[in-house]
Amino acid sequence: MTTFPLQISRPIHPTGIWNWITTIDHKKIGILYGVSAFILFIIGGIEAMLMRAQLASSNLKIIDPELYNQLFTMHGTTMIFLAIMPMGAAFFNYLIPLQIGARDVAFPRLNAFSYWTFLAGAIILNASWFLGGAPNAGWFGYAPITGKAYNVGHGIDFWIISLQVLGIASLAAAFNFIVTIINMRAPGMTFSRLPVFTWMSFITAILLVLAFPVITVALIELQFDRFYGTNFFITSAGGNPVLWQHLFWVFGHPEVYILILPAMGIVSEILPTFSKKPLFGYPVVILSGIIIGFMGWMVWSHHMFTVGLGPVANSVFALTTMAIAIPTGVKIFNWLGTMWRGSLTLNTPMLYAIGFILTFTIGGISGVMHSQAASDAQQQDTYFIVAHIHYVLFGGSLIAILGGIYYWFPKFTGRMYDEKLGKLGFYAFFISMNITFFPMHFTGLNGMPRRIYTYGSEYGWDFWNLISTIGVLLLAASMVIFIYNIVSSWIKGAKASGDPWDARTLEWSITSPPPEYNFAVIPTIEYRDDWWEKKMLKKAQEQPVSKDVHLPQPSYWPFIASVGLLIGGFGIILSIPVAIIGAAITMIGVYAWSFEPVNDPH
Amino acid sequence: MFSLYKKILFIIKSWSIKFLLIPSLLLLILSSCSSKDPQSTFDTLGPVAKLQLELFYILFWVGLIVFILVAIAVFYIVFKYKSKPQDDIPEQIHGNTKLEIIWTVLPILLIAAIAIPSVQAIFASANPNDKYVNNNLIIDATGKQWWFEFEYPEYGLITANEIHIPIGEAVTIKLHSQDVLHSFWVPKLAGKVDMVPNNDNHLWLQADEPGIYYGHCAEFCGQAHALMRFKLIAETREEFEAWINHQKTNAWTTSDPLAKQGMEIFMSRDAGCYACHTIQGTDKAKGNQGPNLTHFASRTDFAAGIIENNQENLRKWLKDPNSIKPGNLMSQNAGVYNGTSDPLTEQEISALTAFLRSLK
Amino acid sequence: MSEQNNHSTVENTTTGLNHRKLLMWAFLGSDCMFFASLIATYLVYRGKSVTGPEPIDLFSIPVTSVSTFVLLMSSMSMVLAYAALTKGNLKVFRVWMLSTAIMGMTFLGFQVFEFRDFTVNHVKIGCEENNAKYTELENKFSSQQKSDYKKQCSEGKKEADIEFGMTPRTNLFGTTFFVLTGFHGAHVTLGVIWLLSLFFYSFKRGAVSADRHLDVDLAALYWHFVDIVWIVIFTVVYLFGVYEGF
Repeated sequence: MTTFPLQISRPIHPTGIWNWITTIDHKKIGILYGVSAFILFIIGGIEAMLMRAQLASSNLKIIDPELYNQLFTMHGTTMIFLAIMPMGAAFFNYLIPLQIGARDVAFPRLNAFSYWTFLAGAIILNASWFLGGAPNAGWFGYAPITGKAYNVGHGIDFWIISLQVLGIASLAAAFNFIVTIINMRAPGMTFSRLPVFTWMSFITAILLVLAFPVITVALIELQFDRFYGTNFFITSAGGNPVLWQHLFWVFGHPEVYILILPAMGIVSEILPTFSKKPLFGYPVVILSGIIIGFMGWMVWSHHMFTVGLGPVANSVFALTTMAIAIPTGVKIFNWLGTMWRGSLTLNTPMLYAIGFILTFTIGGISGVMHSQAASDAQQQDTYFIVAHIHYVLFGGSLIAILGGIYYWFPKFTGRMYDEKLGKLGFYAFFISMNITFFPMHFTGLNGMPRRIYTYGSEYGWDFWNLISTIGVLLLAASMVIFIYNIVSSWIKGAKASGDPWDARTLEWSITSPPPEYNFAVIPTIEYRDDWWEKKMLKKAQEQPVSKDVHLPQPSYWPFIASVGLLIGGFGIILSIPVAIIGAAITMIGVYAWSFEPVNDPH
Repeated sequence: MFSLYKKILFIIKSWSIKFLLIPSLLLLILSSCSSKDPQSTFDTLGPVAKLQLELFYILFWVGLIVFILVAIAVFYIVFKYKSKPQDDIPEQIHGNTKLEIIWTVLPILLIAAIAIPSVQAIFASANPNDKYVNNNLIIDATGKQWWFEFEYPEYGLITANEIHIPIGEAVTIKLHSQDVLHSFWVPKLAGKVDMVPNNDNHLWLQADEPGIYYGHCAEFCGQAHALMRFKLIAETREEFEAWINHQKTNAWTTSDPLAKQGMEIFMSRDAGCYACHTIQGTDKAKGNQGPNLTHFASRTDFAAGIIENNQENLRKWLKDPNSIKPGNLMSQNAGVYNGTSDPLTEQEISALTAFLRSLK
Repeated sequence: MSEQNNHSTVENTTTGLNHRKLLMWAFLGSDCMFFASLIATYLVYRGKSVTGPEPIDLFSIPVTSVSTFVLLMSSMSMVLAYAALTKGNLKVFRVWMLSTAIMGMTFLGFQVFEFRDFTVNHVKIGCEENNAKYTELENKFSSQQKSDYKKQCSEGKKEADIEFGMTPRTNLFGTTFFVLTGFHGAHVTLGVIWLLSLFFYSFKRGAVSADRHLDVDLAALYWHFVDIVWIVIFTVVYLFGVYEGF
């Protein structure tokens, strides 16, 4: 191997920015994911605020229709693919190895590649603002309005290519976590002892692996139509727009569970810790997660009740959709059971988890309402749907993620957050999110279609729209409190111990923040909630400090391969020679990566 | 465990009084939007919308009760089991099989009960049954960027953005699209069905009372999606037939000199209106890219139901259509607007206005 | 950590399975969904083309059967290569490895030939009134082809020679066919490069050996998968396309 021409020795102790660029430490990658996703979340939030400004009252002319269409497309795409999914990935990265007692993920360099590729996708998508306009066809880009005939600019091209790049990132990450969870569990960490968050992440990763290829194919078809003149969605050649909808939602509905299952996992960690009780009905919670993941594949057409699939198909999908409420309800009951007769510490993460139960229940119930194909015909594509999606994604996924950030903040940073500010932030967040999104139920039922940039005063939509707009201002203020708390505590918060919450799972058995090698001695697992049980039995042992653990070393190549994808992505849209250069860089990166020498001899 | 159930029951009883306040409050809010707002889905005036609202209410009440129970449980547990300084480690309960079975089976039963009206409503709203008066009136509705074309095949009539139906009869509307996805929706009469190119959809609706009903495109269709609306006018069978008979006639005359001049401009190569718009009975105006204007002046609104059909608005529209409906295809394709020929002068606008206003 | 585990046969993992092998299986599961979506698209659009040609106008089952057979045989050859390697017989390994790659390239050659053949396809139709072949093909012809036929016949030819080729832009069949088989061809190409890399790499001392059989095992797994996908494509696209009743 010594003769390989591209062999460059791995960076040994990089410092400064190189430390982050070449890192393959799952914890650093987790932080990179989290911080980038949060910045993108703020961008998506600003897009939402601009839209709310335009809708504050009837007949406003703050934003022109074309820009408005770009804003809602980018808001949806950003929040789903660039904010909530990578925030989930941040938790996967940081926590899974810690929770299963491993020193890293199975493929550390692939992990770095996932992050940098995700960042490349995010850059490509957002660059569209400066290169002729953002995509403007909605986050599910229904054909044929995405076709060249109705959409001449490059916006849709950026949307396609960035989603493809993000798909590569998500798939690589999902493969990695599947292998990690199956293969890198500490001795004794059987699947029946696996922490619930890791379990839910495992189901999520499987969903990702199976769902993403479907949208990849849909996007390839659209891309070929736009770039090479094929006929997939060209109606004059007999193409059928409904095919796009099927492909999109066959991906899109599992995607919904990809967004919510990690959140359910986070809540299932927070509640037991602060109730001082094990999760109620652990096997049932896991099983319902599996059932949700499985049934998520049988409900996609409930997004298409008004497409004209006919009463038989609509009935089938109405029934499967109603059925999926059962495992979801069971989870909620088990969370209540967990708190029942516990000793509840109502600090910030716990408040978020409790808030999650309430708002997610609302989102779940409006979901069951939508499963009624007949009455859904009145609600489909109205603000009622907008309310629903925000109750499950904002009041579901995001609220749990914020709670998770607080919960693991001491572990991530080694410092404590400000509890008072945290609680204040929670109440502000919780109240303002309901002020923002609950009125959308009313405007929707009052006949307001989604994706309209203006409306007349005669419709009677002004009042609740104004309330929503006021709500979003309050929501922004609550996010300022959150950000201030996180940033200031990160810089100068009190030092955190390894186990500040008297928690249950393995990540709390090590120092905060964890050493680079996580576990000096790989623990042997004897119980579910091993750390807690051992504390109870007074068997818990502090991990020794070790200077002798060999870890894989940092690498340049994953970053370079992703840079190639970034350049190639722009190239495919704007210039073929650039695309070839990008592809070549990726090839060199991957090739050099696979021949990279193993660690220093030890 | 039995005492646990008793406790739950007791709590539900004692708290239910307070929590009756919440549904009544919600009802208040709901009634506030069930007003006579033009697109309210609560102000149902046709059997399909009524059916859909009934189903909605079933789900609403069930959902509300479920939410209240969950919320009571959450608040009760939070207040009751809030940690106190003297607390020991609570009993480590890992689960309870009986409870698990109960809270799995109960939702299953609930869902099964809901499933019956659910499926019934799906089939009932798909096609009218024998219970309804049905004269087999079929209307072809075609969505175009960004307006609706309505054709009465039985009568050989084409009109735009305004649809007339007789009250008390089941009407079938066949849905087509010429370009992208659109959706046909008259909230007070029936839920929406999408207009999908290459897919022949239909819906049925019936208006129980005469009136002007608001319709809106409900599937995102591009720049002017927000401004793609229409009106549905329900009237008695006699009025409807009178309207049909009137629509069959030609409306244009050459009696008024200003209108005559307007017609000449309309048919001129420079303005080119005729290339896209049909005016029935003329030799030249047979285009179908834009709305059929045969009886333009008889319509309440224009530009896809967004603006009242009066002198002043029409002048504004003819002067600068983009100021009223950004992105509309006329402003992109017509020479007088896209700069390939001279813009219309004030006098020409007056003439065109007079002509169009004469198309009663 | 994965880097440390390359050399041993029994893996130091929770399940005893190698990380990379598990990764490969996960990838193949994902790839299954990829091809399933493409095949689903093909089936949805089957017979929905507005103009011709259709499968029956282009496919030659005997020719494609030969290339299918070659690809199937390459899987067998792959098995033999792997078996030889685990026995430590590097020379036999090289022979079978090369033959696998050559058979893969043969398949690709057939595909290139076939694609070209489809794009330049012509039909000859007699110019007499109510020509049977013309009646059969008339509703598959585009207006261009119809007028071409009339033009050639009006020029006094006995037989018109009509371009009846198919590119991805021609119709839905062309679009779905070329994209589906094209992506399969891309998979085969990648496989051939992988196999050839291993073949050439095996001349380097110790680079490919019995105790590093996993490298070959992974390539073999991929190769068999690509093979199986082709069997599905051959059945669904070619056989169903030509023989009625499917």
